[in-house]
Amino acid sequence: MTALAQFRRDTDYIEANLSLVAPFVDERLRVKTMNVTVENLTKAFGATPALHGVSLEIASGELIALVGPSGSGKTTLLRLIAGLDFPNSGRVLFGAEDASSKSVQERNVGFVFQNYALFKHMSVFENIAFGLRVRPRATRPSEASIRQRVMTLLDLVQLNGLEKRFPGQLSGGQRQRVAFARALAIEPGVLLLDEPFGALDAKVRKELRRWLREIHDRTGHTTVFVTHDQEEALELADRVVVMSQGRIEQVGSADDIYDNPATPFVFDFIGDSSALPVIVDKGSIALDDRILSIDAKGHADGPATLFFRPNHVRLAGQESGSIVGTVTGSRRHGDIRRLELEVGLARHRCEIDVPADSDVSRNGRVAIKPTDWRLFPRDS
Amino acid sequence: MSEQTLAASATMPPETWRAPTAEVSVVRLVLIGVAVLFIGVFLGFPLLVVFFEAFLNGVAKYFETFADSDTQHAILLTLLVAAIAVPANLIFGVAAAWAIAKYDFRGKALLITLIDLPFSVSPVIAGLIYVIMFGAQGYLGDWLKAHHIQIIFAIPGIVLATIFVTFPFVARELIPLMEEQGTQDEEAAISLGASGWQTFRRVTLPNVKWGLMYGVLLCNARAMGEFGAVAVVSGHIRGLTNTMPLHIEILYNDYQWVAAFAVASLLALLALVTLIVKTLLEWRFSDELANGPR
Repeated sequence: MTALAQFRRDTDYIEANLSLVAPFVDERLRVKTMNVTVENLTKAFGATPALHGVSLEIASGELIALVGPSGSGKTTLLRLIAGLDFPNSGRVLFGAEDASSKSVQERNVGFVFQNYALFKHMSVFENIAFGLRVRPRATRPSEASIRQRVMTLLDLVQLNGLEKRFPGQLSGGQRQRVAFARALAIEPGVLLLDEPFGALDAKVRKELRRWLREIHDRTGHTTVFVTHDQEEALELADRVVVMSQGRIEQVGSADDIYDNPATPFVFDFIGDSSALPVIVDKGSIALDDRILSIDAKGHADGPATLFFRPNHVRLAGQESGSIVGTVTGSRRHGDIRRLELEVGLARHRCEIDVPADSDVSRNGRVAIKPTDWRLFPRDS
Repeated sequence: MSEQTLAASATMPPETWRAPTAEVSVVRLVLIGVAVLFIGVFLGFPLLVVFFEAFLNGVAKYFETFADSDTQHAILLTLLVAAIAVPANLIFGVAAAWAIAKYDFRGKALLITLIDLPFSVSPVIAGLIYVIMFGAQGYLGDWLKAHHIQIIFAIPGIVLATIFVTFPFVARELIPLMEEQGTQDEEAAISLGASGWQTFRRVTLPNVKWGLMYGVLLCNARAMGEFGAVAVVSGHIRGLTNTMPLHIEILYNDYQWVAAFAVASLLALLALVTLIVKTLLEWRFSDELANGPR
């Protein structure tokens, strides 16, 4: 099954389940959320640049994912929003208010750390109550209301009965949920999650994704989460921000990002794809001197990269103008079979999906034609 | 199926098999033997001798020693010095470890090296430095004399020398611990609205409390037992500037063997109590230790 098919299936599942929870908006947990504006943030660590002038609008109540490979600056951006680091230039606005001069404490953000950073010497209860207990006396809730709030949150994160445990006695998924409840306890205006499911195994990740979406819908926090897992980002977020090398490559809904990648990086990073170096000349596309019978769609002449997804390809038989290659590998991928090909004179690698029962054999020759494709300019 | 049949049907390893990391039994016996013998000869036996000599002339004689006013004064002085030096080094150690583990600054490597200095410098030299600084013929001697401040051959000198000798203990114990723990817990606390002091008291300190306690115990043991540096600055005035270790030496040189060993046994006892307290604490809080950071 392709990533997209898997993704669609999962979203269907979530939607089906959401209809059960959606009407139940928990008023005890509803908070005043705010929109966040990131303006031209630049950050370097010593001589190493981490962010190059990043701007982003995050709507109130939105669930947004920052996705990218390691070193793309996504965690740096999250920490700058939280105030855990200070930008070299640019600013962050919470609502209409400039947060630049505000300390971390004043920003009132809920931050969930990658390794949870639970206080190991405190029980689950005390961990969650921490943010309430450290408040100045004037705004500190009474012991009874602290207790009530912690219990409500424990209920929300489905950890009832575990309040006396210590973090060392919990599983990874449970710790994650404690960290989440602890961040929610302070009624944050914005919730920031750094690789929230990074340290969990695949099955728990899937469960917690659904759970996070559910909680978000119940509490309505403006939520930003960082992930290196594109599937997680597409499945969970209202909008996805794809980052690479300290820059935002594209911002959009899961459909936007998957169907209309704005840059070669996004095409490559999100979903599976193949990329072939081609030359565009007067509206026709050439792969190693072989003219392909697909349209350049008005792309300017010159060197370009042809991108297509494995499932946007059909076997072409003897037609002229097809991409011809040798099968070098084949593996079963859910309901389909994925073939690895070497195409053209320079033996470029590419991948295509064929029906599981098709009789293409190893070392066999195949001719293919992309049914959907994109061209991006390439530096020769 | 019963357990017996299970055990019987299980494949037994051949008799020649042994775990890859296990040694041949001879090697194992030799290693254990060497360790036990070493501890016995260099630690256990001398400790026994101390108590044996102390009680050589009976229990009454033993306690007679502590009726002597000079001895009592030496004990009190030792406790006083430790009571000043240990808290001072506790504060210094926490501050230094915090600075080194949590911040990057110029001269950090130098500071780490300097903290180790008392370990590498002979205590006698430490004492001499203070004599040269504060003694009658020292750099500040005239000024101090004019203001009627006496440091050398008085309690302030003893305290200074003790602090110098014992200041690495707490810091050394905490630095690796704090460096390993990083700053994430602190960041979490601050993001939850805690102030700097609240973060320190509620998060940082509990995270390092075992290392801290261990450092304090070691520091205390050394502060009470320090001889070299204190010997140089104290002047050996009986009933005035003699600490327990110095008093033991004087008694010994006066051929008051029972008294010397009696005081020595008390000093050894203090060290043993320190160890017992540490073990008790570890045992009492073993649950928390297992769940908490190492």
